[in-house]
Amino acid sequence: MLKNTVYLSRRYRFSASHRLYTDSLSKEANEQIFGKCANPNGHGHNYGLTVTIRGNIDQATGFVLPLELLDSIVFDKVVSAYDHKYLNVDVEDYFTNVPTGENMVYQIWERLSAPLKTSLWCVTLDETRNNQFIYPEPKAEVSSGI
Amino acid sequence: MNQLIISRRFDFSASHRYYRDDWSAAKNHSVFGLCALPNGHGHNYILEVSVAGRPDPSTGMVINLVELKSIVDRILEEFDHKHLNLDTPYFHERIPTTENLVIVLWDLINSHLPDSRLSHLRLYETDDLFVDYYGDQEC
Repeated sequence: MLKNTVYLSRRYRFSASHRLYTDSLSKEANEQIFGKCANPNGHGHNYGLTVTIRGNIDQATGFVLPLELLDSIVFDKVVSAYDHKYLNVDVEDYFTNVPTGENMVYQIWERLSAPLKTSLWCVTLDETRNNQFIYPEPKAEVSSGI
Repeated sequence: MNQLIISRRFDFSASHRYYRDDWSAAKNHSVFGLCALPNGHGHNYILEVSVAGRPDPSTGMVINLVELKSIVDRILEEFDHKHLNLDTPYFHERIPTTENLVIVLWDLINSHLPDSRLSHLRLYETDDLFVDYYGDQEC
């Protein structure tokens, strides 16, 4: 059976603080670009992380990937590293990168791409209910029915 | 006018159990965990049905949503408030995972929609777990 490629998405949550500030710019430039996000002591969000994997259904189990395995990878690689941390100070991904949603969704992709290999399809990061970041670009084209 | 995709949301509630008779109880519990418990368990499923097309110039509609609702509601009657393993014919050989269920629903809905216009199904098992299916593709 070839017609068994599906996209499975699972949502995770973590809470973290961050500050949008780069030493490569003046204090005034940082405040102009990043606004409140440049305040000296940072602030936090409840992040939502949706991990989408693509694969063929295993004929014996009916799974694309056992959820316990996916959960353990996402917890080990991302949630345990990011949850209840100050991203700028506690997570090496942001020692030089500003922890914007854009940089975060890319860094999370990098953390997951080795263990999930080619089954990793898309990472979606919700910073607030109004700000969402997706990497790589959405591949809506695959849905074209006609 | 370019093609549009219109989506409608449906829901149904069903129970299921993940278990293979050709495996030992120990292996079933190791692979399927709580989902292998003997009496099954259930979910409120949400199904999003997306249809692609260009609006009909006279009606302005990609598809008449009353017709779509009637087609999908009729199909979901077979699943709503049922035990997927025991009360439907689709899971005697397959485990009723969300992955397998979305393909069963695709085949049923697609065969009732004219002109292969079904674009995409998204099936939520819980708020935090959903599967997308776009039809016949090779991975």
